[in-house]
Amino acid sequence: MANKLISQMGLPPSLSHVFSARNILTAKDALSLPEIDLMALLDIDIDLVRSAVARISEATCPPFQTGLALLEEKMKSGGHLSTLLPGLDNALCGGIPFGALTELVGPSGIGKTQFCLKLALLAALPECYGGLNGRVLYIDTESKFSCRRMIEIGEGSFPQIFRLQGLAQKMAGRIIVTRPTSISEFNDSLQQMKLTLLQNEVKLLIVDSIAALVSWDNEKGTISSRQSPLRGSLSFLKSIAEFSRVPVVVTNQVRSHSSDDTFHYFFQGHRKDTSNSERSESHLTAALGIQWAHAVTIRLIFEAHSGHRFIKVAKSPISPPVAFPFVVQSSGITLLNQEGISVAGSEINAIRCQGCNILTQ
Amino acid sequence: MEISNLPISPSIRSKLLSKGYTNLSSLSSISPSFLAQELSVKLEEAVEVLRAVSDTTTSKNAHIPNGIIPGAVTAWDMLSEEQMQRHISTGCEDLDAILGGGIHCKEVTEVGGVPGIGKTQLGIQLAVNVQIPVEYGGLGGKAVYIDTEGSFMAERAYQIAEGCIYDILDKFPSNSREFLSCKERLQVNNFLAGIFYFRICSYTEQIAVTNYLENFLTEHRDVNLVIIDSVTFHFRQDFDDLAQRTRVLGGLSLRLMKLSKMFNLAVVLLNQVTTKFTDGSFQLTLALGDSWSHSCTNRIILHWNGNERCAYIEKSPSVPSASAPYLVTGKGIRGINSNFKRARIM
Repeated sequence: MANKLISQMGLPPSLSHVFSARNILTAKDALSLPEIDLMALLDIDIDLVRSAVARISEATCPPFQTGLALLEEKMKSGGHLSTLLPGLDNALCGGIPFGALTELVGPSGIGKTQFCLKLALLAALPECYGGLNGRVLYIDTESKFSCRRMIEIGEGSFPQIFRLQGLAQKMAGRIIVTRPTSISEFNDSLQQMKLTLLQNEVKLLIVDSIAALVSWDNEKGTISSRQSPLRGSLSFLKSIAEFSRVPVVVTNQVRSHSSDDTFHYFFQGHRKDTSNSERSESHLTAALGIQWAHAVTIRLIFEAHSGHRFIKVAKSPISPPVAFPFVVQSSGITLLNQEGISVAGSEINAIRCQGCNILTQ
Repeated sequence: MEISNLPISPSIRSKLLSKGYTNLSSLSSISPSFLAQELSVKLEEAVEVLRAVSDTTTSKNAHIPNGIIPGAVTAWDMLSEEQMQRHISTGCEDLDAILGGGIHCKEVTEVGGVPGIGKTQLGIQLAVNVQIPVEYGGLGGKAVYIDTEGSFMAERAYQIAEGCIYDILDKFPSNSREFLSCKERLQVNNFLAGIFYFRICSYTEQIAVTNYLENFLTEHRDVNLVIIDSVTFHFRQDFDDLAQRTRVLGGLSLRLMKLSKMFNLAVVLLNQVTTKFTDGSFQLTLALGDSWSHSCTNRIILHWNGNERCAYIEKSPSVPSASAPYLVTGKGIRGINSNFKRARIM
């Protein structure tokens, strides 16, 4: 909508000629300038400028819907990809939501890619088995996609389907894997994707992992630059998710959390954190910084402590903060406790990685 | 010098200056046809110039201390008007108390906090609470929800509306006069239908919707609340020129303030946080910079205090800085003293 042409907005011809003569062709050009600047640039009256801006704004503004219409639309078109983990599905009111960015973050080797593989399979399955019956686009930046493992998960979770001749091949044929090697390649494939998502019936987009893309381009090793290189791709990913109503799942890495990272507001004073003993263990935080943390809609933290692994619903508009213990088996991830353990306070945002044997491959 | 401040187009201005009209008094007693001839412009344009001159001079004359300033009201009148103002309850009694009743109408309030603290929850709660009928102490108005990040979930709005209605019916007996008169309005579907939702995908659309709101609000006079969730997202992503960003944001906040006064609504802007290096360490602060921090009338920061969520009033012209804890429950935002139970999940 931002790139809508002014010439097509129904302004009186003399006015739209003035705009195009000064090279203000799209709504974005016109609305980025304050009215006084526009008046000086176009050499017309302030009242004319105001009415032109009002007309352009009306044409650029997206139509509104009532909350009720939104709800009814969601009810009709599904709106969730069930993960087949009942506890998690309950907490997320149905599963991974369409049209929103879901982030999986956790230390390496904890099970994020396993989760993604299972999701990819679930989206490819026919609807009678609870799937979305569509294609899956898997963007694999760390070369972790293993088709053999995915078939193994399929045989473990849906033995009756996968025994059928040729079905495994058909399912695997629906999953498209791409391996970009730089952010610019990634951005290019995103651009092409916008149209093809709908044409090719892609029902799920997985990016595993997005932090790897940034770390290639960022030589310093810490994501501390003010302008993150992912800016453009982030809002583009979100808008793709919205327009095509597909779930987008993104994996993120962790980095170690030094005590300087305990940020406070000015009115909180500089309080020393009293729980220093816990901090001496490997305390981790999600990569990509606070701007990324704001941008994702749902954040699932995978962590390990006290000998178990947990999936925590850390940020979600619909769920309370709960943690589910899980294990990784041949049939993928299984929850040990469907009710979930309620987590109080800011603990929900902590990522721990201790007391657990993480198998090295 | 004064001619250069008139809101007229540059070519006419240069013609005026070249003909020797350098200040406003020289234009005060000229007829439009004479001016049109002098400058060789059309008659309508000369009329426009003289009108701009007279607008400016009227406000200049207003500085003469004897006259009643046009457009001003006395403080006493404002006081009685303010006392009649209703406030929008946030759902948490402690927070309402430190805010002086709730979110004020005719003012722009900014709410900021770290991700996951409950900004969107507060936004949806306010969009529901503004619709509480007047008989139960609410405003009975509708809400405009401008979503820039896609965090509005209709199912959650349903839960919060359900929780709000449940609590109202719990507090007031169901055979009272008030209840009978607004029974139809206290339906969850009605509350959802009273939220006008705009999904914005770029900063251009954000500016466009703020401009368009004036027309929209003239048609929908019962809107009492505009929420923008969040005002920061697109401005952080796509702007390279920070000076231009400050100018655009300044224009945006002025327009919102004007809308809030004109249509008697509360404007709530949700903001993100960023880190700023002050006093030798990194501190959390609300995003969009220092110039933006002046634009809003009120500022509330939501933060973690140990294991509790707290709301801190950082800036307000009428209430002192104070902090209040709140909870995010299945029914929405509540205070810590209210007993809650999880509402049924759809």
